[in-house]
Amino acid sequence: MHGFIAVYLRELLILKYRFKRQLAGMAVTPLLYLLTFGYAMGDIIRMDGSSYLEFLIPGLVAMSSMTQAFAIATDINVARFYWKIFEEFQAAPISNLAYVAGETLAGITRALMAIAVILLLSLLFGVSLNYGFCFWLAVLLNAAVFAALAVALAMLVKSHADQSLLTSFIITPMAFLGGTFFPLDNLPGWVQTVLSLLPLTHASHAIRAAALGQPHNWTDYWLLAALAVLFFIFALRCVGHARD
Amino acid sequence: MIRLEGLSKSYGTVQAVRGIDLQVQAGELFAFLGPNGAGKSTTIRMLTGLTRLGGGNAWLNGYNIRRDALAAKRQCGLVAQQSNLDNELTVSENLDIHGRLFAMPARERRERIAELLSFVELSDRAHSSVKTLSGGMKRRVMIARALMHRPPILFLDEPTVGLDAAIRRRIWALLKRTRQEGSTLFLTTHYIEEAEFLADRVAFLDQGEIVAMDTPQQLMARLGLWAIDQLSDEGLSTSYFPTREEAAAFCTLQAHELTLRRVNLEDVFLDLTGKKVR
Repeated sequence: MHGFIAVYLRELLILKYRFKRQLAGMAVTPLLYLLTFGYAMGDIIRMDGSSYLEFLIPGLVAMSSMTQAFAIATDINVARFYWKIFEEFQAAPISNLAYVAGETLAGITRALMAIAVILLLSLLFGVSLNYGFCFWLAVLLNAAVFAALAVALAMLVKSHADQSLLTSFIITPMAFLGGTFFPLDNLPGWVQTVLSLLPLTHASHAIRAAALGQPHNWTDYWLLAALAVLFFIFALRCVGHARD
Repeated sequence: MIRLEGLSKSYGTVQAVRGIDLQVQAGELFAFLGPNGAGKSTTIRMLTGLTRLGGGNAWLNGYNIRRDALAAKRQCGLVAQQSNLDNELTVSENLDIHGRLFAMPARERRERIAELLSFVELSDRAHSSVKTLSGGMKRRVMIARALMHRPPILFLDEPTVGLDAAIRRRIWALLKRTRQEGSTLFLTTHYIEEAEFLADRVAFLDQGEIVAMDTPQQLMARLGLWAIDQLSDEGLSTSYFPTREEAAAFCTLQAHELTLRRVNLEDVFLDLTGKKVR
């Protein structure tokens, strides 16, 4: 437990020192999407009785919780390859479980901060949705999936450049294809099947349904929970690979 | 206190460490001396859990580093070759996180941080961000951090590399004091004078193998106490003599430019391997 607290506390201290910069960074992309897609096109497009802005905000929540949780990989890699701080954890008598849990929770914390920023921005745009238990459960599960995946991949890559490639090939396509900006229902069946393999598709469905007060599809939640557990176990196994 | 049996490590086809056997006694200051790439850092990295163990086995204060990895880690502190402090955190936050990693209670952490910062003469910088410190200060913080959990063994990988002579001597004084307080120190260096000044025993490492191991005095005594460097048309050659008188007598017979000096560990390494340490 002490190892987990130490790893998480270190990340919180770094967040504290970067707080203003971090918040500004978390606000820029959603603000641009809200201005360009939401504000400019909001009155033209309507989605199942909702404005496009109401449709877009849950998608942005899903996307930001994914990107911010996954961004912990960049911090881990900077600590590992540039500052060598990872050595301090490797030389300490802590379990892989403590390390992975600490970093995963740090990723989830970043994601929650990003969501808070988006919800504040959405209030400025005059949109208030249902932010009940299911909304936060879906957000948490989505953040856990990508934070655990980030820790695992950060342990496997051999350089910071490899990490950037993973972001380009995994996260960026998912951000656009995972039901963030448009509904997937009108796409051809085979495309829907392919996109249903993406965790973000399920996160977008779950978060949007909860935010817009639509019926929940519990399969989305179970899938996200299963993936979070799977990636967490994967991350535990990957920590040893970072030793050589 | 430290026991290595057939310790080895390969990276692909390159054998970085080739079956090292040695024992370091409690309270001893032991130095691994050798050129870059000799396997010094790899050995320390294996012993401290930074690199996976290849072949062989090792014990730290009686704990096997394979079977009791976490207990073995509790026995040692590590001062890495490159600064691995958290630049964004303050000095005391760096030490506090280390104390937490080693399960130290809050009060003990507070007291130990104050004690160690006084020991490394950085009490006034406790709340300074690490990024504002000089290289020498960072190295002192790293030593304080490694001592935070009162480890019986302290590993130091090239502790003074890149530091100027004055700071290096300050670090040496710190290490001597640490040893006086009862710690066992195991350091790697390629600075001859560092090994001579600090170490009770020295092991010469070349291409992953120990080629000689003894006290600095015994190692140097193998060659003699005095050396004469002689510059001739063939290049620089060195002759060794047991007494100054014999060396002086040799000088009178030579026509070339000569330098008389004490034998040092570099001479011993050169004699054993045909290479320079640096």
